[in-house]
Amino acid sequence: MMTGIAVSTNINSDNAEFLCHADETLLDVLRDRLGLMGAKEGCGTGDCGACSIILDDRLVCSCLVLGAEAEGRRIETVEGMAQGDQLHPLQQKFLEHAALQCGICTPGFLIAAKDLLAKNPDPTEEEIRFGLAGNLCRCTGYDKIVRAVQDAAGVMRGA
Amino acid sequence: MNFDPSHSKRSFSSVGTRPIRPDGVDKVTGRARYGADFNMPGQLVGRILRSPHAHAIIRKIDTLKAAQLPGVKAVLTAADLPDLTDGDAAMYDILDNCMARKKALYDGHAVAAVAAIDARTAKQALKLIEVEYELLPHVTDVDQAFAPDAPLINDTIFTTGVDPKPDRPSNVSMRSQFGHGDVDAGMARADFVVERTFKTEQTHQGYIEPHACVASVSSDGTADLWVCTQGHFVYRQHCAQLLGMDASKLRVTSSEIGGGFGGKTHVWAEPVALALSRKAGRPVKLVMTRDEVFRASGPTSATSIDVKIGALKDGTIIAADATLRYSCGPYAGAWAEVGAMTAFACYKLENVRTVGYEVLVNRPKTAAYRAPSAPMAAFAVESAIDELAKKVGMNPIDFRIRNAAQEGTKASYGPVYGPIGIGPTLEAVKNHPHMKAPLGRNQGRGMACGFWFNFGGQTCTDLNIGMDGTVSLAVGTVDVGGSRASLSLVAAEELGIDYSQVRTVIADTSSLGYNDMTDGSRGTFSSSMATISAARNAIKILRERAAQMWDILVEDVTWEKGHAVAKGETHGNLPKLSLKEIAAASGTTGGPIAGHSEIVADGAGVSFATHICDIEVDPETGATKVLRYTVVQDAGKAVHPTYVEGQYQGGAAQGIGWALNEEYIYGKDGRLQNAGFLDYRIPVCSDLPMIDTQILEIPNPNHPYGVRGVGETSIVPPLAAVANAVSNAVGVRMLHIPMSPPRILAALEA
Repeated sequence: MMTGIAVSTNINSDNAEFLCHADETLLDVLRDRLGLMGAKEGCGTGDCGACSIILDDRLVCSCLVLGAEAEGRRIETVEGMAQGDQLHPLQQKFLEHAALQCGICTPGFLIAAKDLLAKNPDPTEEEIRFGLAGNLCRCTGYDKIVRAVQDAAGVMRGA
Repeated sequence: MNFDPSHSKRSFSSVGTRPIRPDGVDKVTGRARYGADFNMPGQLVGRILRSPHAHAIIRKIDTLKAAQLPGVKAVLTAADLPDLTDGDAAMYDILDNCMARKKALYDGHAVAAVAAIDARTAKQALKLIEVEYELLPHVTDVDQAFAPDAPLINDTIFTTGVDPKPDRPSNVSMRSQFGHGDVDAGMARADFVVERTFKTEQTHQGYIEPHACVASVSSDGTADLWVCTQGHFVYRQHCAQLLGMDASKLRVTSSEIGGGFGGKTHVWAEPVALALSRKAGRPVKLVMTRDEVFRASGPTSATSIDVKIGALKDGTIIAADATLRYSCGPYAGAWAEVGAMTAFACYKLENVRTVGYEVLVNRPKTAAYRAPSAPMAAFAVESAIDELAKKVGMNPIDFRIRNAAQEGTKASYGPVYGPIGIGPTLEAVKNHPHMKAPLGRNQGRGMACGFWFNFGGQTCTDLNIGMDGTVSLAVGTVDVGGSRASLSLVAAEELGIDYSQVRTVIADTSSLGYNDMTDGSRGTFSSSMATISAARNAIKILRERAAQMWDILVEDVTWEKGHAVAKGETHGNLPKLSLKEIAAASGTTGGPIAGHSEIVADGAGVSFATHICDIEVDPETGATKVLRYTVVQDAGKAVHPTYVEGQYQGGAAQGIGWALNEEYIYGKDGRLQNAGFLDYRIPVCSDLPMIDTQILEIPNPNHPYGVRGVGETSIVPPLAAVANAVSNAVGVRMLHIPMSPPRILAALEA
């Protein structure tokens, strides 16, 4: 008996189709069914932000979204940020500022920062700190992350 | 390792620069593979059933229904893991911690495991396992467990380190003592004495990546393990010993690691995954949930510490005394011992005594957490030092400078110091602009010092020069935060080539000799030492090959800036040969060119730091906001300064979380009440300010470039620095960490 739900969605500008169980999270679908391992599971309860993705222009924890909810939606993950070998300015600035140590939280931070800068291209330090407060990093103390986002925002504004 | 000490003062071309890390692009594009990012064909999902009880005898486990569930391929209990530890008590404890044998010793203790075709079947199977428990009285608080009438956790534990041996068992597994001089006589001479008891709560390393592995055991007895770990060679040793395998038959590959901080230094679920795979005949992937990470991996100790320090009117500390009680989970540990060694390590003391007690409690087995045991001891000592400075009438910096240890000081834990950085970090703090920043109402400034030993350990490295002249460097110390960049820099420096010409990888356990873990701040220290040695061995061969190509004596060939240079009047006119040219000819001059190194990296230089912290307390809510924070630490020589700064900032942030928020909260039922990131709250971006850093470089005379470990010391001062700042802001001495809002309000109302 087939128990899966057929879902048709768009991930990083490509159409994608998958079958999933009704109780399966979008994070599990991305990782286990579609092989997109960029989003990480740090908690499974929406507290760490390591699984952050953008769903129809909204930043969400993919561990709190069901796979079936992706029907007809647009999903952006970290895998879609670079264009070929051209890194997104945020990716480039994270590297230059060493805004990662272990790197497990990095995909989530990059997605959250991308969402933040889309809505606020010139954020203050405080706006960056509150904008990224849903993402946990245990290695850096956030200093270099904030600086990388500030720097990338400048590049993206053409400043 | 023999080397020319003048190298410590040399100038560098690669070392000290700040290139982009070699593993960086993979980590910003999602390509890097961590523990849970690996799958094998035909793999099963492993899950572990855990005790809901803090202390209980396991009467019976009925696994029949679970085993009969369609899709379940293996069910496992302690009976499937026979004791092969052969009297090795520490390994027996690890075995028992992986799967409870007779008693469940804490909420979260593993009692059974399954492997099934998917996660939902595995979860369902766990519910079908019936465990019959007989509940026993439990104890989770370190002081209550220390009391003589406490519920007994292990009746084979008799306190060691006391004479005569106790005639009955207790929860205190060991007493240790350090120091010198006559503390009682010294204290009697003191003009001022501070005596306080401090308490710190248990915290977790809080790495964002849960423990994860994929185990595959073949029917021929060979096996592969993919795992996030700080030490894949140690994991191999542990797993092989617990499962009765030859180490050489188990190949362990370390994945990218999503944080460890000491928590991934010994095995938890990996032997279980291997045993499940062996039983099921298929690969098994086992990933802990966050709840399991909190309940069943290894947090740090909760502590209770008495400190008494006496000073003369002129500001000299005349006697220092501390008694430290550290919880170690339900198994014997050596955590208080380390706390006792580090407690007074920053100071030059004539009379000093520290006594440590290891205390068993019904909590998870304590594991290392970044400079394990030192932050709590420093909290107690540095708080008392601040209070004593006030009594003497000196400012806290001058008081510390007056009493700081120096080269030649006999450390409180025994050895005599070489060149050290405590004095210079204090002087740097004294002159730091942070100290002049104005403070407003309800705001306070605190400072504190910290010490960590650092470690060297067994290390080996292979440096292979390719036919095209580029270099592959294989190391065995897991890269937890940028060490591949540092080691590429070191290889480039030594060979005289560009950083981009070196690729550093972490080799698996079948491809390189044994390496100790990345712990004790040893990763860059020890592997850079081995890399330098391997590079020098390669250079020796490169010179020989050049001599052969020129048909001259090797003694007439030197190595300069990536080239063989013929020297002397006879050969001075020969054009120099590049590493690339020599490598290209290697097929006809004797074969591949490589340098190897197998060392015990002795001589890790001790590390000191001083931190400054400004905070503001909201007297209405008791909430504390960190306004400014500065870290000053000796790095010996910063190989990649940006990543050194990152270590300083990261340790400070963890310490701030420990100081203000983080704690394990147990109910009266002995169950952990906050096993998640919502209720166990680590600092988020909006909780912290920028963290300023100042790197001092006082060369370690035992390392060719002067490098000291830098990873751990940064977590030692923050508990005390924040506590001193809060105490100064509210005018009440804070004695209990974390200083959460309710504790601060209670202190204000007391």
